Amino acid sequence: MLDTDAFDLRKYLSRNPQSVAVWVALAALILFGLLRYDNFGGAYNITSFLNYNSMFIVISVGMCFVIMTGGIDLSVGSVAAFTSVIAAYLSPYGIQIALPGAVLAGIGFGAINAFSIIAMRIPPFIATLATMLGAKGGALVISDAQTISVDWGSNFTKMGMEKALNILPWSIVVVAVVVVALWFVLEKTTLGRTVLAIGGGADASVLMGLKVNRATAFVYLLSGGCAGLAGVILASGFGAGQPLEGIGWELSAIASVVVGGTLLTGGLGSVTATVAGALLLGLVFNILNFENGRGTISFSAYWQMVIRGGFLFAVILFQARVMSGRTDRKVQT
Amino acid sequence: MSTRDTELPAAPTKSFEWGPFLRTNGGLVALAVILIFNILVTPNFLQMQTLFVNISQVATIAIVAMGMTLVIATGGIDLSVGAIMALSGALAPLIFLSEFGQAYPALGITAAILVPLIAAMACGLFNGILVANLKVQPIIATLILFISGRGIAQVLTNGNLQTFSNPSFSYLGTGKVLGLPFQGWLALGIACVLFLVMTRTTFGRYVLAIGGNERAAELSGGPVKRVKIGVYMICGVLSGLAGLIVVAINSASDAARNGNLMELDAIAAAVVGGALLQGGRAPIFGAIIGAVIIQLVKYTLLANGVEDEVALIAKAIIILAAVYVQQARKE
Repeated sequence: MLDTDAFDLRKYLSRNPQSVAVWVALAALILFGLLRYDNFGGAYNITSFLNYNSMFIVISVGMCFVIMTGGIDLSVGSVAAFTSVIAAYLSPYGIQIALPGAVLAGIGFGAINAFSIIAMRIPPFIATLATMLGAKGGALVISDAQTISVDWGSNFTKMGMEKALNILPWSIVVVAVVVVALWFVLEKTTLGRTVLAIGGGADASVLMGLKVNRATAFVYLLSGGCAGLAGVILASGFGAGQPLEGIGWELSAIASVVVGGTLLTGGLGSVTATVAGALLLGLVFNILNFENGRGTISFSAYWQMVIRGGFLFAVILFQARVMSGRTDRKVQT
Repeated sequence: MSTRDTELPAAPTKSFEWGPFLRTNGGLVALAVILIFNILVTPNFLQMQTLFVNISQVATIAIVAMGMTLVIATGGIDLSVGAIMALSGALAPLIFLSEFGQAYPALGITAAILVPLIAAMACGLFNGILVANLKVQPIIATLILFISGRGIAQVLTNGNLQTFSNPSFSYLGTGKVLGLPFQGWLALGIACVLFLVMTRTTFGRYVLAIGGNERAAELSGGPVKRVKIGVYMICGVLSGLAGLIVVAINSASDAARNGNLMELDAIAAAVVGGALLQGGRAPIFGAIIGAVIIQLVKYTLLANGVEDEVALIAKAIIILAAVYVQQARKE
């Protein structure tokens, strides 16, 4: 499990049967969209789709690390709302100040989570729930419950609205860099191995002499930082800090992670499959929009939540079956 | 564990030990502090009106928190309670405002109460089967309905606010018995029933046994799956009832807002009331005390002009403090 061999496709497939499912589903859905809708493969649809989903991708990847340790972070949505307000306030100083400032604010919330979980030994679920309330309240307090308009004169809105080299929006480029960096951390560093080991068994990891507390702190700081980055993209892409946004984001992120085949019990997970999971969930809605546009169906926005829940249900059923198959095998040997 | 054992003999000394006292009676102490603070600070606190308002609002939190307490006692959690409230609250007006409901008012009201409760119970059954039979973690299993339950309610009502004027249905939320809100008595009645169930029945024993050690409960031949499904169904039906009460209070059903964030209030109330997140304890009346504390904190802040947003932060701190004290008790 912890080998450092070069990438071996067959090994990858046999180890992550669910990750395969998500890639297959993603490919099938893209194919379906390309064949059925004229503008599906158009530059406009692709960029706007990626731009909008880059926030969810970065949050999902942070969440993936937390879940791999067997924890959960329910605060990401409110933290993103909070940091979007911070980013809007800092926007007159330009993206070079607003981006680090907002990410630092997100890391601050991550630090509160880490402190509650490691030092106060509060279960992650409760600790991050409290931060979720706190960040939400904080966002409303600092913004006076109003959306905070960004400074359009500075270079702040470039991040969400302009393209790097005229190809891809900056937000996607930044998120892609983060994703690659985190993939490297998980697959190639001791820290990444420790994260997976904690999920496999925290007590055993301590006995093995792994730096469990440090790795646990890392995942919550990371998740907070990712939420901070999502907040910057939100403020930059929509031109305003939005204290009321972020509701249900944690659920989308958890769903993406689960769809990507990361076990909720921790100990197994993949950054790339999580990205695929986030793309898959986003694509479902993209296709629904196209279908609405064709007039074959008329789903109201309310159906989105129902479908999202149904999707999660299907994945959980799948995961439950795979898991029971695995434990059966373990019992036999 | 070992430190606890060595400490125990030292307990009956002359001076009063505040630490253990606070840990076991933290809820009551907190309640007393809040009450005294209000009597001293909040204008017009000691009035019938205040009591009435608070009881009519705390009842829904208490009812859901009791269901949540049972779920937590098995070591589980139910995030879907707010969504189930929205669903049952959306169903009721749909039924008694329908042609059938208008033609046969008595039957319509009966159906408008029973059908949503059955639907809520079915939601609980769904959660229970996922948790007990498919072994999905409770947080994730109940996440499904948390996401889609409110969506279903909004699809059913097309996202519209349903207003109505139906005195017999509104009795659920505005009726008075002995001068106090009907739903307050209802919550108290449910608490008594659940208390008896937990202390006098094998079902209650097994709820605690599962929370204490699920494997042992299973090996001893207990009906672990059935009991687990049972607690989620109870939690579901109680959430459904709370949803009906909220709709009755407002004489309107808003699927987007009914029960919003109720899961947090209910979990907070259960934990403040003394439920252990690891399971094994089911303080039913504790849940009511917890609910009263949550409600009073909200009321205190509101009555003293503190904004809603700050109230959220206060709630966060309460939850953290309650769980922290709990952890200290356990170790």
